[in-house]
Amino acid sequence: MQIVLQQIINALSLGSIYALLALGYSMVYGIIKLINFAHGDIYMLGAFCAYYVISLWHFNFIIALLTAMIVSALAGVVIEYFAYRPLRKSPRIAVLITAIGVSFLLENGMSYLVGSNARSFPQVMEQVNYNIGGIVISNIQILILATALILMVLLQVTIKKTKMGRAMRAVSVDPDAAELVGVNVNHTISFTFALGSALAGAGGILIGMYYNQIDPLMGMTPGIKAFVAAVLGGIGSVPGASLGGFLIGILETFFQSIGLSAYKDAVVYFVLIVILLFLPAGIFGKNTKEKV
Amino acid sequence: MSKFTKKVMSAVTLGAAAFMMAGCSVAKNSGSKGTTQAHDVVKIGANLELSGAAAGYGNAERQGVQLAVDEINKAGGINVNGHKKKIKLILRDNKSAIATSSSVAAQLTTKDKVAAIVGPATTSAGTAEIPNITKAAVPSVSPSATDSKYTLQKDGKVQEYVFRACFQDNFQGTKAAEFVMDKLKAKRVAIYADNSSDYGTGLAKAFQNTYKGKVVANQTYSAGDKDFNAVLTSFKSKNVDAIYVPGYYTEVGLIIKQARQMGIKIPIVGGDGMADPKLPQIAGPKNATNIFYTTPFSTRVAAKDPFASKFMKAFKARYHTDAPAFSALAYDAVYLVKNAIETQKSDDSVKITAGLAKTKNFKGVTGEITIDKKHNPERPIITEEMTNGKISNSYKVD
Repeated sequence: MQIVLQQIINALSLGSIYALLALGYSMVYGIIKLINFAHGDIYMLGAFCAYYVISLWHFNFIIALLTAMIVSALAGVVIEYFAYRPLRKSPRIAVLITAIGVSFLLENGMSYLVGSNARSFPQVMEQVNYNIGGIVISNIQILILATALILMVLLQVTIKKTKMGRAMRAVSVDPDAAELVGVNVNHTISFTFALGSALAGAGGILIGMYYNQIDPLMGMTPGIKAFVAAVLGGIGSVPGASLGGFLIGILETFFQSIGLSAYKDAVVYFVLIVILLFLPAGIFGKNTKEKV
Repeated sequence: MSKFTKKVMSAVTLGAAAFMMAGCSVAKNSGSKGTTQAHDVVKIGANLELSGAAAGYGNAERQGVQLAVDEINKAGGINVNGHKKKIKLILRDNKSAIATSSSVAAQLTTKDKVAAIVGPATTSAGTAEIPNITKAAVPSVSPSATDSKYTLQKDGKVQEYVFRACFQDNFQGTKAAEFVMDKLKAKRVAIYADNSSDYGTGLAKAFQNTYKGKVVANQTYSAGDKDFNAVLTSFKSKNVDAIYVPGYYTEVGLIIKQARQMGIKIPIVGGDGMADPKLPQIAGPKNATNIFYTTPFSTRVAAKDPFASKFMKAFKARYHTDAPAFSALAYDAVYLVKNAIETQKSDDSVKITAGLAKTKNFKGVTGEITIDKKHNPERPIITEEMTNGKISNSYKVD
């Protein structure tokens, strides 16, 4: 029983990172129907930004988190402005290919600038383990879970309660109609990218603290897994992305704990195939029919 | 599209295709085998992973190669039959990709006409290089391609032009198993291997074949993984005496960190992929205790050896960090080539190959090397113990 609970804690820590990443995927898809493959690399940028502000200026966790989120948000907006906006009216496949190009640019650009070696992340706080009835949980795991949950709630509030959130929802339903009623579509899309990228940046610093290791290619695999999480939860749906992230974390941990660690990645991609075949709209997705 | 543009387009496509094919084609020989060098300079090529997934190792090796070349040139160069020649290093990046490694080898042998090649760092990139260097009759010394079959052809005959400065996997895995049985007296071990490299799986297999105790768990991870908590938690309940983790320092460092943080205090044993000063940084110095790894190059042993300590000092002065094993092996690879040229009194690539194959009691910074019939270096292996992030003990194993 202890082992099971311990594994659940492991799964939730891993899952909350996937969830933070999946949220960005889902929001961007929801609003401009683009799978932003560069999203995983924004998460890498966030981690590196935190690395530099912590090791050079000795920022504490909260300030480093905010800096990483702001820098990532800016990066997201800049990428949208230069790489995706000029292609707004192009076929969707063109934007998708551009997204892959941006991803390569960020990965290899960072490898060139900072070197491709893995580096250790500065310890911004001492790890403390709490032993609760035989289950070990560290302060960093609690922090990851808490930060992820707070950010998810904040995001939900932003989307449901603010004016900008209403604009986002409007644009995602029908951009042309939204523009007719006075919504500035470009600003709304930029804001969505900023929000999604800020969450990815937060994921980056949390991962850096948790695993103590970052490198320019760190966004590749988590990026793809978060994409699977977003699809699983129903791409475009915010609660769906959070749930999908946690489910992927649980699935991966479960397969490792029963001794099938060699298949942990395969299982995630298998889930993607199954979902696309039998439940293409995902768990929370709306199955809208195209009107002619 | 007008007819004219169509024609132009097809011509361009054809041209591009022909160009690409030219890039793929293997080296051609005209007349005699091998490459010969100009009067005053010996060209040595480096086919290394300077970018991509294995860039960490490739760049460490580049540092070792450059240090060796500059040192040799400063001392006047290589003595080719009484005539001192400077080395011209031609450094090329194979991007950690198999196809690029093959075309880099073609460029180095046919365009640059190098006398010998140092690299690549990984077995896969190294294997991709073999057809081209064999056609061109140019030898290559890999600092770190450890797969047991790397220097052999499919039928078990030796690859004539392929050499290496490092151990082969079978040897290292076997020695690690003996160490775990004899020194650590471990009755139950768990194996947690990197299955994304031949290195990890090769070591794990050799270990399993030799180890006489009980292997209670056999799990794998792949390069780039960051979360090992689930598997380590499952080891915790299985009463293991030691964990064998063949892999590279990037992941093993994290495994050590996560294991120690969840209270697993048993010995963690690995291979020379862990021999990097970054390991304790990633694991956290306090966590890096009760760690053992087999390696050809020990900074502790090197400090006692005048030849190796000179290398250590020169490396630290130039790169401001302790020399990792990869750099030491690459440094030795350059000197192996120099030694072959000097004993053969020729910088003809075929002669160098013969010289490399005959290397005997060569004094390198990673120990005394004799190249055996299968082009593997014979030399003692060292097991290092790490306590609080520092090497606290080293055992020489025969």
